[in-house]
Amino acid sequence: MLRVSGIEVRYSGVPVIHDVSLEVNKGELVSVVGSNGSGKSTLLKTIAGALRPTKGSIVFEDQEISHLSTADIVRMGITYVPEARLIFGPLTVEENLELGAYILNDAEEMRKNLENVYHLFPRLAERRLQQGGTLSGGEQQMLAIGRGLMSNPKLLMLDEPSLGLMPKLVDEMLEAVARLKEAGKTILLVEQKVRESLELSDRGYVLQTGRTIHHGTGRELLNTEAIKKAFLGL
Amino acid sequence: MIILDAIIQGILMGLLFALVALGLTIIFGVMDIVNFAHGEFLMIGMFTAYWTSLLLHVDPLIALPTSAIVGTLLGVASYYWLVKYLLRGPMIAQLFGTFGLMLFLRYLAQFLFGTDYRIVQKGLLVGKSLSLGPFILDWTKLSAAILSLFAFTLVYYLLHRTKLGRALRATALNKEAASYMGIKTDRMNALAWAIGGGTVGIAGGLLVNFWYVYPTVGLLFVMIAFASVALGGFGSIKGAFFAGVIIGMIEMLFPVLGHLIGSDFLGPHFKFTLVYFAYFIIVVLRPQGLFGWKH
Ligand SMILES: Nc1ncnc2c1ncn2[C@@H]1O[C@H](COP(=O)(O)OP(=O)(O)OP(=O)(O)O)[C@@H](O)[C@H]1O
Ligand SMILES: [Mg+2]
Repeated sequence: MLRVSGIEVRYSGVPVIHDVSLEVNKGELVSVVGSNGSGKSTLLKTIAGALRPTKGSIVFEDQEISHLSTADIVRMGITYVPEARLIFGPLTVEENLELGAYILNDAEEMRKNLENVYHLFPRLAERRLQQGGTLSGGEQQMLAIGRGLMSNPKLLMLDEPSLGLMPKLVDEMLEAVARLKEAGKTILLVEQKVRESLELSDRGYVLQTGRTIHHGTGRELLNTEAIKKAFLGL
Repeated sequence: MIILDAIIQGILMGLLFALVALGLTIIFGVMDIVNFAHGEFLMIGMFTAYWTSLLLHVDPLIALPTSAIVGTLLGVASYYWLVKYLLRGPMIAQLFGTFGLMLFLRYLAQFLFGTDYRIVQKGLLVGKSLSLGPFILDWTKLSAAILSLFAFTLVYYLLHRTKLGRALRATALNKEAASYMGIKTDRMNALAWAIGGGTVGIAGGLLVNFWYVYPTVGLLFVMIAFASVALGGFGSIKGAFFAGVIIGMIEMLFPVLGHLIGSDFLGPHFKFTLVYFAYFIIVVLRPQGLFGWKH
């Protein structure tokens, strides 16, 4: 479904991603793990069209998308839930969610997606009319994910959904991700919670200073000595 | 009675001020850019209505749509031919960019039309007034106020009740997030300039019914609009509305009060000083403006 091949990405001329390739197949949950600054967010932003690769290609459903604008990539069916969440603070929860369905023209379809999101995160339904900016950190994360789901994307990219959450909420969030996968969503997940996310995932990639240094099934990676040492403290 | 009269006159004028401020606050809200050429947009709206009514022998009010269209096109053209490129440059380039546009339009108008003061001599409403008990209201001002209110309400409705308006507000709140929603933020920028230019064009078309038009006429009004936007909160639509009306009232009220207490200090030539004085006080007390930023 998505194939990233040998991309390089620079910030003002300085390469941050040197050589990254990865693949996501339909229905898969794929994780990208790596330490701070390894380029995980940069990778997702590049796929989302917010940054342009200087080398390599990004192909989604047999179409090169690396030159497309973010708005067009959303229309192709890829949404990105940013690490910083970027909730529209003064707007209500429901208005935020409706903006997530901006590309849909069918009101019926939007209502259906809204119901699904409220079903996944009942807490959002309780706070429908509350301003997004006044939600707690965990609720804002739910809102960000919910908003990313509102256009019913083919591929959902989540950037550290557990960031800054207390342990109980981290579990809850990862559970929600697992449920989305079970419901058939294709997900590309970036996480610092290496063990938890690899356990959930079909496959995973390990990023280090802008390079994919390992990849394999979640199980395989969890049993790789280097990964145990570097990330799992074993 | 004289005070009440001043308040009414102030509100009428204030509604027009609000419409002038509207475009400025929307453009700032969406793009974080101050359009220094806003007063020149107003001037062009005035000239458009003036020449249309003169050359086509129609009432200036009938020429109003041409002012709206010219204003809109001017806004869109400014965005695509100038501002879009400025966005890539540093902040200072953006500042001087619209400042340059201001000078360009002002001196273009001077070149084309000279520096004469012109005024619409005849029209359906020109010179006519409405007596309401003790109050005498000029029809030109009354209709300008009503149409300003109408235009303002229409834009408010567009921004708050339509999908397009919500996308524009989302872009104002967070451009990056808006793009992740699939919103084409470049088009939203252009839309902000279209609305900004269109509304101030309408304001110009209304103003020309009772105000002289000349190439630098925008200066006075854009200063008031800056004060309105700062007072109401940068990027705030409601703020622009109430601040515009408040400034209209201050402007009319203070000279009257001055007259009543027999002081020259509050005389007409000081009225705008007082507007800015009120503005300074409010900015000190509430730097985010009455309504806060971007609401
Ligand atoms: N806008 C930017 N301009 C310049 N450098 C940047 C920018 N954003 C990120 N970087 C740099 O690029 C590198 C990779 O950043 P990135 O945000 O992709 O890392 P990450 O893996 O997501 O880290 P984290 O786990 O902390 O979120 C870092 O060294 C960072 O300093
Ligand atoms: Mg990151």
